[in-house]
Amino acid sequence: MGLTSELTEASGAAAGTAPALLVERLAYAYPHGRQALFGVDLRVEPGERVAVLGPNGAGKTTLVLHLNGVLSGGSGRIEVAGLPVDKANLREIRRRVGVVFQDPDDQLFMPTVAEDVAFGPANFGVPDVAARVRAALEAVGMTEHADRSPLHLSGGQRRRVALATVLACDPEILVLDEPSANLEPVARRELAEVLLGLGRTMLMVTHDLPYAAQLCPRSVLIDDGVVIADGPTRELLADRELLAAHRLELPYGFRLP
Amino acid sequence: MGAGHAHVLYRAGGSAVHRMAPQVKIVAALAVVVCVVATPRTEFLAFGGYLAVLVAVWMVAGIPVRWFAARAVIELPFVILAVVMPFLGGGARYPFLGLSLSVDGSLAGWNILAKGTLGMLVSLTLAGTTTPRDLILGLQRLHVPAMVTTVATLMLRYLAVIAAEARRMRTARLARGHDPRFLWQVGATARGIGTLFVRSYERGERVHLAMVSRGFAGAMPDPGGAAVTRATWTFGLIPALLATSILAVALWA
Repeated sequence: MGLTSELTEASGAAAGTAPALLVERLAYAYPHGRQALFGVDLRVEPGERVAVLGPNGAGKTTLVLHLNGVLSGGSGRIEVAGLPVDKANLREIRRRVGVVFQDPDDQLFMPTVAEDVAFGPANFGVPDVAARVRAALEAVGMTEHADRSPLHLSGGQRRRVALATVLACDPEILVLDEPSANLEPVARRELAEVLLGLGRTMLMVTHDLPYAAQLCPRSVLIDDGVVIADGPTRELLADRELLAAHRLELPYGFRLP
Repeated sequence: MGAGHAHVLYRAGGSAVHRMAPQVKIVAALAVVVCVVATPRTEFLAFGGYLAVLVAVWMVAGIPVRWFAARAVIELPFVILAVVMPFLGGGARYPFLGLSLSVDGSLAGWNILAKGTLGMLVSLTLAGTTTPRDLILGLQRLHVPAMVTTVATLMLRYLAVIAAEARRMRTARLARGHDPRFLWQVGATARGIGTLFVRSYERGERVHLAMVSRGFAGAMPDPGGAAVTRATWTFGLIPALLATSILAVALWA
């Protein structure tokens, strides 16, 4: 799928299909009282790759946990490919929203890579699990490690396996929490190549601004539980004052391409 | 974190014993242990028979006796108890090498020694020819409650992760001049264990979150192994059948 996001967006709108992700006026306070989200609005069209930027404590992770219904009980509305996130269709929502967590050691818990990748599809009861596992491992270039323990893999390999565990469920939207954290430069580039090659709708939570620039044509800046800015990543990252006001900055020596 | 995962008790191989379906091996091992325990302590020949069956299994598995001998050392504390019993037992006594030993105590000691050793050798045989992963798979196929197999699976995976975490914390302590050689210095180690507990707990929550996100609803998916034929069961249970015959003969006589 070599489509640019603009093209997919246009065709999606023309066909009148539901957005891949729709978040409306989402507000949430944790049980112990701290309000994390104050009315977040976000719309992601099929095929788009969107970066969610923001400093620590901005509410990014809280937002992610709402997308697949792990957190709920606040106000607002979330839809994934037209299906509202609520108790009744939680299972289907969790299949549609593939969350790749920050630490692969939290995500990979089965004794072998193949079994871990099969965990999601088996839970969701999708047909032909074995073929899905093969396809997912091939997509991330980890086929030859299928029978190894995740313990024996490098950090970058683990990250790619974690991605495969979610891909195997064939999600409508991939949600990546800090995908580049703790990766060496080569592993970081390899992951970027894999992600770009997938051609899937993607929401990438990060404060790695160069990575956002490389992977996502569009960015959303979140701080203090609201959307501050939403636009082309290049323009957003060129606004130094805006970044500085929200504790974000480009790394030393980095120039926007 | 590439260290670890060298299974202490598993000895890789491709023999018929290694390849046998784990659930069959578990049932066979359990049956042999039950036979051993049910044998009256005075049936000395029967115990020799069980040992012969075990040695035969080892030969098929291609594992040398000394491999088992080295791992049997774990039994030593019980052996000491067994050796002391003839001296401490009451009742009738008999002379042996100039010592006066209790008949009852000797038999009790022998009972512990013979049954303990055989039971442990059976377990070692099972563990030596079956990977921990396959053992859990076997238990799952034998319909052991899902909660037990899930906990065991997670333990298998995260023991190494937590051990690595503990190692890093220790290195960090040493790097800041901590040198726990004296009793009054164990405080930092103890607090480290507390921190490790909290961290492991937090990790547990994150792992659960990640599992729920992939549709986990309380039961592990069926690994879907090949069905085991009746012929395989029969073949795999030969040692158990032999042990049962030995027990039957011992009880009959």
